[in-house]
Amino acid sequence: MTGEATSISGDPPSNLYYKPGLRRNRTNRIFTLLSGLFSFVAILPLILVLTYVIFKGATRLSISLFTMLPPPPGLDGGGIGNAILGTIIVTCIAGMIAIPVGVGGGIYLAEYAREGAFSRFIRFGTNVLSGVPSIITGVFVYDIIVSSRIILGSSYSAIAGGVALSILMLPTVIKTTDEGLKLVPDNLRKGALGVGASKFVTITHITLPMAFTPIATGVVLSVARAAGETAPLIFTALFSYYWPSGSDAFFNPIATLSVLIYNFSTQPYQVQNELAWAASFILVVFILAMNILSRWIGHLTSK
Amino acid sequence: MPTGVQKELYVLRRRPAYEKFVDSSFRTIAISMASMVALILVAILIVVFWGSLESMGRYGWKFLVTSNWNPVDDEYGVLTAIYGTAVTSLLSLLIAIPLGVGTAIFITESFIPTRAKNIIGLMIELLAAIPSVVLGLWAIFVMEPFLRPLLSFLYIYFGWIPFFSTQPMGPGMTPAILILVVMILPIITAISRDSLNQVPISLRQAAYGVGATRWSTIINVILPAAISGIAGGVLLALGRAMGETMAVTMIIGNSNNFSWSLLGPGNTIAAMLANQFGEADGTQVSSLYYAAFILMVITLAVNIVSQWLVKRLSLKY
Repeated sequence: MTGEATSISGDPPSNLYYKPGLRRNRTNRIFTLLSGLFSFVAILPLILVLTYVIFKGATRLSISLFTMLPPPPGLDGGGIGNAILGTIIVTCIAGMIAIPVGVGGGIYLAEYAREGAFSRFIRFGTNVLSGVPSIITGVFVYDIIVSSRIILGSSYSAIAGGVALSILMLPTVIKTTDEGLKLVPDNLRKGALGVGASKFVTITHITLPMAFTPIATGVVLSVARAAGETAPLIFTALFSYYWPSGSDAFFNPIATLSVLIYNFSTQPYQVQNELAWAASFILVVFILAMNILSRWIGHLTSK
Repeated sequence: MPTGVQKELYVLRRRPAYEKFVDSSFRTIAISMASMVALILVAILIVVFWGSLESMGRYGWKFLVTSNWNPVDDEYGVLTAIYGTAVTSLLSLLIAIPLGVGTAIFITESFIPTRAKNIIGLMIELLAAIPSVVLGLWAIFVMEPFLRPLLSFLYIYFGWIPFFSTQPMGPGMTPAILILVVMILPIITAISRDSLNQVPISLRQAAYGVGATRWSTIINVILPAAISGIAGGVLLALGRAMGETMAVTMIIGNSNNFSWSLLGPGNTIAAMLANQFGEADGTQVSSLYYAAFILMVITLAVNIVSQWLVKRLSLKY
């Protein structure tokens, strides 16, 4: 035992200093470098995509972009006004369906459901539904709404597109509502019920307002995601070269930014390609703004 | 009359009937809203299965192993698209796992200041927010022209390998794989980051205490502790990669002819649906439903396994 002790203390004190030449330290440095490199590679696409979208899209920005219709193939000028309006309409329809249903479902899961087979199945179903490929949602809505002409005999329509997008939004809204309501302290619930409030009043006046921030964040994020979705729209909302007009706007094919990008990117005309870049720019700006808005909502109330 | 008021205060008041009605109908509404999820899920399965019945009866299992997609002769087999789906999603996963997990380690360990970590984390999240159609546009006009000389190099020098046996002429499998990497990287990074953050600090302190270096701690202690979450995230990303439609449709070339080559055009089930579903009729529609059903079943299975992994295998501390 003494031999061991002396052999340790007998070595020069430099033994305790960091030795960069040791194999373990060299490995350490290599791995650190590698992971730093990987992080750089991971953020590179974002930088490149944003640069190109700004570079190619923002240069095409003008008033007529927002006020004019896309030109016929081969002609110059024009804008994407109808697609901007169409994206707003279709996303609003989707929100009007998905937000009440999603918040309602979330309220059930968080406030009413007991640990049972039904609520477990709903939670499981929510997760599974969020993993269903978006193109299959499109196929589904095409089958039940477009080809069956169930809504006032219209086939491709803004409503069909909105329904398809709402199916995509639903799981996000339910999950964030559920999780947001669970964060509300139970004391508040008990207090409200204790002074004689009904369950309905407790939820609408106490717990929902308390959980507003996380729910709003989730809703904003799901709207941003829906606005950029294309696959469910290509055979539900289809596309249109005209303005959505009056009451017919909901029952006719409608242009959206995302479908416009898809259609115009594969056309062999420079003007159309430029419009696709401009549409990308508007879409990306909108989506990033929504993302930052949701962060800001969260930040505002955390103080 | 002070005594009267006193008495009024202590009278047991029953809840009015309308209030009870509001209460119970609110509950009913909430339950029916929640049931919508289950209803939609079951309806999707039924609709897709129903649509595919004709093609299922006609081709059976042969549909999965033949690559003849011919609307003129009314003969359909989906092997090309299945091969494309499998190859693009698995290869993109192979590239995205080291990148995503490496990034997650880099932004959870203290290599760089917290501020820089948060900025990288934010950028990864914003990458996830970019619509796939915009990534597709970028892939068509920027990435693919940039890649083509590199891929031509592969073709010229390694063309004897079946995977590199066609001359890159434009859209193809390789750009599709790379764009999928961009799309699933944020998922893997975000979930790995969360599960790495959940590893208790005492494990790390114990490892450092017995003299482990930082990376031997990460590899031998922290990663094994977080592996269930990471594996769940990887499977989730696999599901997303298989179902991803727009960017892949725009860049993969949509060829119905089977080829082993990764440099030439190919197809995936999702891309095939996006391209042909709107204009198809007759047996082709049913065959597309059949393909959609296959895709649906595979992604469902992957998603369920990933949920199970996260739930069952997560270490409890």
